[in-house]
Amino acid sequence: MNTIVVSITLFILALLIGIEVIGKVPATLHTPLMSGGNSIHGIVLVGVIIVAAHADTPLALVFVGLAALLGTINVVGGYVVTERMLEMFKPKKDVEAKSDAKAEK
Amino acid sequence: MTAFEIIQWFVYLFASVLFVRGLHYMNSPKTAVKGNHVSILGMVIAVIMAFVGFFYDTEGKRFTADFNVTALIVVVACILVGAIVGVRLATKTKSTDFPQLVSLFNTVGGGAAALVALNDIMNTTDDEVSLVLLITAGLGVIIGSVTFSGSLVAAGKLQRILSGKPAHIPGKTFLTLLNIAAIIASFVLLCAQPDQRSLWAIVALALSFIYGLLFVFPIGGADMPVVISVLNACTGTAVAMSGLALGNVALIVAGALVGASGMTLSVLMAKAMNRKLSAVLLGGFGGDDAAAAAGDGPQGTMKETSADDVAMQLAYAQKVIFVPGFGLAQAQAQRDLADLGAMLEKKGIEVEYAIHPVAGRMPGHMNVLLAEANVPYEELVDRDDINPQFPQANVALVVGANDVTNPAARRPGTPVSGMPILDVDKAQHVVVIKRGRGTGYAGIQNELYFQDNTQMLFGDAKKELEEIIAALKELDA
Repeated sequence: MNTIVVSITLFILALLIGIEVIGKVPATLHTPLMSGGNSIHGIVLVGVIIVAAHADTPLALVFVGLAALLGTINVVGGYVVTERMLEMFKPKKDVEAKSDAKAEK
Repeated sequence: MTAFEIIQWFVYLFASVLFVRGLHYMNSPKTAVKGNHVSILGMVIAVIMAFVGFFYDTEGKRFTADFNVTALIVVVACILVGAIVGVRLATKTKSTDFPQLVSLFNTVGGGAAALVALNDIMNTTDDEVSLVLLITAGLGVIIGSVTFSGSLVAAGKLQRILSGKPAHIPGKTFLTLLNIAAIIASFVLLCAQPDQRSLWAIVALALSFIYGLLFVFPIGGADMPVVISVLNACTGTAVAMSGLALGNVALIVAGALVGASGMTLSVLMAKAMNRKLSAVLLGGFGGDDAAAAAGDGPQGTMKETSADDVAMQLAYAQKVIFVPGFGLAQAQAQRDLADLGAMLEKKGIEVEYAIHPVAGRMPGHMNVLLAEANVPYEELVDRDDINPQFPQANVALVVGANDVTNPAARRPGTPVSGMPILDVDKAQHVVVIKRGRGTGYAGIQNELYFQDNTQMLFGDAKKELEEIIAALKELDA
């Protein structure tokens, strides 16, 4: 079968999965979620590396280099900032656990 | 398909599965961190696979030592620089500035997607170019370029480099329609004239860039969360289009996943503001009708109070509800508010935080800020659950929230009409800490401020909260 037909099928099924997975996220996590989704679209970096293999004109090299730079900022920055947001939820639990432990004593 | 190509396909598929799992883990605060790690693992696997593929000659169907050395050096160097910039931006930015940072990352992501698609169009030889490639890559160029300029404006508005107010562009509707028509025309020409594809792709890129500006400039700051979410979805779609052009499963699935998630989130947020997504996207918040209505604002005077009086009121209350808004974030006063809450609780006073879904600049923004300040989860109460409790509250302390508390939203004919609000006006006493007498993003005065049971404390949220805390300590002494 034609590759594009398979690809479009994948695309549509992935859209449906996206709606299903996202619909259940509580509002509290919307900001980290948006940021997490933001870093996932940094997957474009993979596309950059794939096209780079055939980049042999100076113009193509400029495109590929710039795209690699932008894509990496997206991926790396996105994941680090999501991690920071999620970290903010964490220490509070430790504090709670400690205060609970104290209360039990 | 050779054995390597089959392995490659499944590795990319595995990475895509990890992205889906990662997002799924983000459903709950307990597994959210794990979710991010799973997603990072998927990304690392996909990138390593892409680099392995670099040494594979797709035409000769074998690994080759004769790979594109120059391109490899350029890509690796740019990735290193990008990683340093990304980490620096992500670690140095204050938590209050997260929304514009996400928007900025979205800008560069959209730019990268547009460049990959443009490269595909311009650097594919005449024999290899196909209609499918032109359609998918063309859409990638258009959507990526719109996101690039749109997200940049959104970030600029949130960072206050650009005015947060909706910009009035004369003849906006006409210009927008003309712009969209021109983009469609360039896209059709791109597909119809493959030998002129570079020209038409660049024309489409430039026109889409302008559309991004026309799209976001007229939208006010209040609607920015929805816009960022929509643009996030657009980048995902642009990446998926690039994936279709390249025939790469990881790009297709990850892109579609983000496209669907961003869109779902946008609809949820628009719903929270009781606005149709189409209305948000087509016109500025506080558009022409709003400007007319702004003239007849509420009449009367605002009563001013002092930090000492507020401390006294709080000390003798039984139930206090805090209503945080963007002003709190702006003044970096989340820790002071949390301290005040803890102090009151020690006195046996019931304290809760009323969280409006769109308070701040992003959905859940207040939750993140208050979690950072160690406010317990249970005290952060959603709009639907807190609203029935306002009549029992002795004091509602509004810190830097404006439009989400305006009772005018219950009446038709005002710019905020229909927007779900917090019923702060029903509390027994209301104290509002506010920087000045200015209006909120909707551009109208808040009727809450003129109520008999409302007192105003004008000043910086952090400074005023510190003064209230000091006054409370004195009362105890």
